[in-house]
Amino acid sequence: METTTPLARSIPITTTASRPSARRSADRRAGRLFFAISVLPIGLVLIMIVALVIRAWPILTAIPIGDLLTGTTWKPLAGEFGFAPFIAGTLWVTLTAMIIAVPICLLCAIYLSEYAGPRVRGVMKPLLDLLAGIPSVIYGVWGLIAIVPLVENVIAPALSKTLGFLPLFSANNPTGFSVLAGGLVLAVMVTPVIIAVTYEVMQSIPQGLREASLAVGATQWETIRYAVLPKSLPGIIAGIVLGVSRAFGETMAVLMVVGNVVQMPKSIFDAAYPLTALIANNYGEMMSIPMYDAALLGAALILLLVILAFNVLATLVLYRVTERAAT
Amino acid sequence: MKKKFARRHVEEAIFKVLMIGSFVLVVGSLGLILLTVIVKGWPALTLDMLTQTPKGGYYLGKEGGILNAIVGSLYLAGGGTLLALIIALPIVIYLAMYASRSRWAATVRLSLDVLWGIPSIVYGAFAFIIMLAIGMRASLLGGIIVLGLLELPIMVRAIDEVVRIMPFEMKEASFSLGATRFETAVKVIVRQTLPGIVTAILLAFGRGIGDAASVMFVAGYTDRMPESLLRPAASLPLAVFFQLGTPFPEVQQRAYAAALILTTIVLIVSLGSRWLSGRLSRYVVK
Repeated sequence: METTTPLARSIPITTTASRPSARRSADRRAGRLFFAISVLPIGLVLIMIVALVIRAWPILTAIPIGDLLTGTTWKPLAGEFGFAPFIAGTLWVTLTAMIIAVPICLLCAIYLSEYAGPRVRGVMKPLLDLLAGIPSVIYGVWGLIAIVPLVENVIAPALSKTLGFLPLFSANNPTGFSVLAGGLVLAVMVTPVIIAVTYEVMQSIPQGLREASLAVGATQWETIRYAVLPKSLPGIIAGIVLGVSRAFGETMAVLMVVGNVVQMPKSIFDAAYPLTALIANNYGEMMSIPMYDAALLGAALILLLVILAFNVLATLVLYRVTERAAT
Repeated sequence: MKKKFARRHVEEAIFKVLMIGSFVLVVGSLGLILLTVIVKGWPALTLDMLTQTPKGGYYLGKEGGILNAIVGSLYLAGGGTLLALIIALPIVIYLAMYASRSRWAATVRLSLDVLWGIPSIVYGAFAFIIMLAIGMRASLLGGIIVLGLLELPIMVRAIDEVVRIMPFEMKEASFSLGATRFETAVKVIVRQTLPGIVTAILLAFGRGIGDAASVMFVAGYTDRMPESLLRPAASLPLAVFFQLGTPFPEVQQRAYAAALILTTIVLIVSLGSRWLSGRLSRYVVK
């Protein structure tokens, strides 16, 4: 061990009158520079919006917004740009993912926060980090190898045989590249976000609330259901919204398993074509066709604005929830 | 009365089973992903894959490797991480020392949280517009810049979190010795939060190396080794993606091997950051 602390060693104490003012002006200069750099994140968000609006402008002025969003024909060569199939694709895949993921994530977070011992919790944190750190291409590879065949050979035959009379479950697609495959892969991908946020929110609920509920004779589950969950509801919703926006913007993994057919999906076994996949698949060769480039950047603009709205809302809610817990 | 008593316990038991079930499901799916990648990738992984660049006819199943993509990815993510660190440190210091609890600090933090959520494909499209506007072509430099911006929010947030939990007495001790805010930041905060900074660097690197959608248009892809900042560079995620897209089984096999390489790098980085921050935190004033 060293005897002098790094603190004492590294800060020279100066007594002359001229040195401190030089140091102070250095401090002020650094402050100004750092302030300038801290403008960057805000600037980046604004420049992104402005740049996308400028580049999407030709299509926004050529076709009324309503037609653009609800039009179902996508024929770039003929100048027809309807985003509806892609918006529908994104919504179908996201909704499927959420229906699968949300109950599982909530149960998991409740278990971790209320029942699990410190050892399980200690294991879960790195596991969730790992799950969040796996690149989306790897999720895509996993989807191709494991999920698509699973949907094709097991889930689709089974569900369409038993529930096939419902249009939602009718299997008209001979392959497994489908809304359901995309939804399953996405469901795993959004798990870390939703569990982490929900867990944190539930941890911020004061212990006294639980004790009060237990003291009047409630079981642990009743305490969770009537005391903990209602109190953490805003935070849980914020976590789900964050998960939705993650699913909305996911590109590579979804692109690899949803089939990419321009159509309005009618069943979870139909192929879909989400907005992100549209951009990724076509952006390279868009230059030659007039308006195509504007249309694709319009798609990017839609994505950006939706996600921006979701994120700002969820983040503000979470700030309030955790701030309340901190004070 | 007694019946009701029984019902509420049955309900608890049912939910408990469901909870443990979903916990196992989440852990199991992680295991399944890793298992799938290893089982599929291992047989296809050869030494040539790691040490050679694609030769003629590589994408038809002829010999070669993906060294270009491995090196390209390390350059891209390494450069991006360095850039992100250079921007992130001043921001964190500004938030902690100059503007803590101000309106501006809250706005900067919110904008970073928002940036974190913006999908990488939007980053990619945006960066491509900018590159077209200034007449730059797909290049390693472009990829580094876009990855740097993509990693920035993760980096700032991760460092900011450790700076915030630093005991405020340390700041006060430094001030009381006459140190300015800048000196305190550089000589006290950065040293004290070093484990957190290292974790943040590795976290950001992990995200950068795995991202495909942002570098797709910006960094391009090439079979050559990256030589210049202004030339296109290959990357591992895109190597996986492109090879899977070919109709030849041999090439698809190699995609699995590339996926295994990428996963291994990400795992090493993730576990390494844990180990390293544990070791470094010995040198921190508790």
